[in-house]
Amino acid sequence: MYGKKVKLRFLFLVLILVSAILIVFLILQSLKENVVYFQSPSEIKSLVELNKNKIRVGGMVKEQSVSINSNEVNFIITDFKNEINVIYSGAVPNLFAEGKGVVAEGFLKDKNYFLATKILAKHDENYMPPEIKKAIGDK
Amino acid sequence: MLANQIGYYSLILGLLLSVLLCGVSIKDFNRGSKQISQDILSLTFLQLVFVIVGFLSLVLSFIKSDFSNETVFNNSHTTKPLFYKISGTWGNHEGSLLLWLLVLTLFIFLFLIKSKEQPKKYRILTLLFQQIIIIGFFLFVLTTSNPFNYLFPIPSEGLGLNPILQDPALAIHPPILYLGYVGTSIIFSSSLAAVTQSYVSKEWGQHIKKWVLVSWIFLTIGIMLGSIWAYYELGWGGFWFWDPVENVSLMPWLTLTALLHCIIVLEKRAALTSWVVILSITTFTLSMCGTFLVRSGILNSVHTFANDPARGIFILIFLFILIILSLGIFFLFHKENSKKLNNFFWLSRETSILINNWFMMYFLAVVLIGTVYPIFLDVISSEKISVGPPFYQKLIAPFLIPFLLFMSLGPRLKWIKSKIENKRSLIVTFIISVMLTFFIIKNLTTDLLFYTVLISAAFFLFFTTLKELFIKKFNNISQTVAHFGFSLLILSILFNSILSSEIITNIKIGEKYSYSRGEIFFKKIEENKKNNYNSIIAYFEIKDENGKIIELKPEIRIYNQPVIITSEADIKTTLLEDKFLVMNLVKGNEYFNIRYQIKPFMIWIWISVLLLGLGGLISLFKTRYEK
Repeated sequence: MYGKKVKLRFLFLVLILVSAILIVFLILQSLKENVVYFQSPSEIKSLVELNKNKIRVGGMVKEQSVSINSNEVNFIITDFKNEINVIYSGAVPNLFAEGKGVVAEGFLKDKNYFLATKILAKHDENYMPPEIKKAIGDK
Repeated sequence: MLANQIGYYSLILGLLLSVLLCGVSIKDFNRGSKQISQDILSLTFLQLVFVIVGFLSLVLSFIKSDFSNETVFNNSHTTKPLFYKISGTWGNHEGSLLLWLLVLTLFIFLFLIKSKEQPKKYRILTLLFQQIIIIGFFLFVLTTSNPFNYLFPIPSEGLGLNPILQDPALAIHPPILYLGYVGTSIIFSSSLAAVTQSYVSKEWGQHIKKWVLVSWIFLTIGIMLGSIWAYYELGWGGFWFWDPVENVSLMPWLTLTALLHCIIVLEKRAALTSWVVILSITTFTLSMCGTFLVRSGILNSVHTFANDPARGIFILIFLFILIILSLGIFFLFHKENSKKLNNFFWLSRETSILINNWFMMYFLAVVLIGTVYPIFLDVISSEKISVGPPFYQKLIAPFLIPFLLFMSLGPRLKWIKSKIENKRSLIVTFIISVMLTFFIIKNLTTDLLFYTVLISAAFFLFFTTLKELFIKKFNNISQTVAHFGFSLLILSILFNSILSSEIITNIKIGEKYSYSRGEIFFKKIEENKKNNYNSIIAYFEIKDENGKIIELKPEIRIYNQPVIITSEADIKTTLLEDKFLVMNLVKGNEYFNIRYQIKPFMIWIWISVLLLGLGGLISLFKTRYEK
């Protein structure tokens, strides 16, 4: 019916289309697995079931809440409505301090304890990440 | 004060010249003569001079700490060292846009004097398209981000430059990166001009290749400088974090690399014309998108200088106009050159370059989606998410395996139709690579199979290019050097990530921390007062497995204006590994938080990127020599 060349072209097009669809599917799939959601302490309190995935928690470091020993840094993140205890062993950024904004990444142990694997650094004293602004709301 | 006025008015004059240039060049376009009129050249030169004057007057205001200038007030301070006063000129939003403008005008001027043997109409059209971009940026600078805003009453002291930007690598990072970014504007303008003139041909390919190479080299080195800075200044010990701001510079690099390869097909075989044009347009669009994303405050990072929505909207509208304009021109004027025979056999150099391009597009898709998806989700559902490094690693690393294999075989193929020669030596090389990898990796990692395959592929490329370098003397040395650099890059990154080790602990002065492979002893601290900061220098003695002791002195700096605490890592670099120690202060506590890392082959990552750039440089000089 059709010439050999047309058939070949058609095959080529189908091949490209199929691989394109596969690649998009692959990308979206691993996106789903690797996305880290951001939550405020209040959002965590209102969770119905505990999320097993990695999340980020943001808010202010509560005054007088930081305690440190040779392996761990413990502190409380608050959004002035609710708060959550954070247990962390790892490097602390310089601008981490009581009464300042913070974003911690890690896993929820339960609704009151958060095991952090990373604390994100800020670059500027006056700068506040949009996430924290959102978490604290209109204070 | 005077400098302020001069700078502002010279920018306005520059804008007026742009408009004048458009008029003059349209008139000249329809004139019969063969060469473009001398007026156009002089006017372009004059425009460049005005922009230089504008830029220099801003530099002068920074040097003199003239705080009647708002930009200087916001970003400088009298106690800052002179070098950082100057680099502060482009360490902020307004100044960096002025730098964009400077490079835009510089490049169009260079283009005009370097393209004398090209067709007149093509040159004029390139100038016109470039002037459209230049006018857009002039308007942007003058209306939304004027670097010469006047402050009254004059403050006696400035707010200072963010200390983490006060660094030699970061002082030259923006200009170099911008030369790469903005260099793509010439490729964009000239490809549009070539399309309208149906001039997308071998000759055009030859001529534009130089510009592609120049942008590519600067972009490569610019990205590397930023990466080096992140490595020692941010104190994470990594060199690439898949941060959106880094991704934004990587995306034009990927398309530019693809363009670099397929421009060779155009140059040698007059094929793939549409693809070359599409890549040219995409590359510049991605550079502009990068500027938009970074400058508009959508991405948070050190690069986000200000959160002014008007700026974001301006760039966004401008970007849309450019995209619509370029796509319109492409579809209206572009005709595929059907007369010439550009068929090629499946096993040929052309195919191998196409495969390279497909891989580049795939990598681009991954980076693009990972970067844009969080922004997209935030806009439609106001949910805040982030996409972490595992996403990129998982999607990119497996595809590197076939990519590296094709990269080793592709350059050996001939144009049009080819077969693989020297099969035996290739197989031998391959077996050596696999065996070598297996013995190195055997005891190291849990993910044995995957790493063996990946590293074998990298070694395969390493050995084939190495052999090429020694045996086939200077056959295609630029390509071989660049590919060799790439294999070295992949190898060093892989071994670096597999073999790195890290100790994080909190420690008091005088304490010892022992771990399986050695001991860290915190000897003492020393306080120093400098002009614009106070520093705490800590002395650490680190004993390794063999009992050898090295001393590392990380530093904490407390800058006075603005008040910011930074950590300066101390790094001992050797050819085999970097020893990296960084210390952080936890306020009101006797404990210091330290992070000690052993990073093997760190220096080879930078060396291999330099080799990539060197490959580009050789190619640039070769094309000049051949002419």
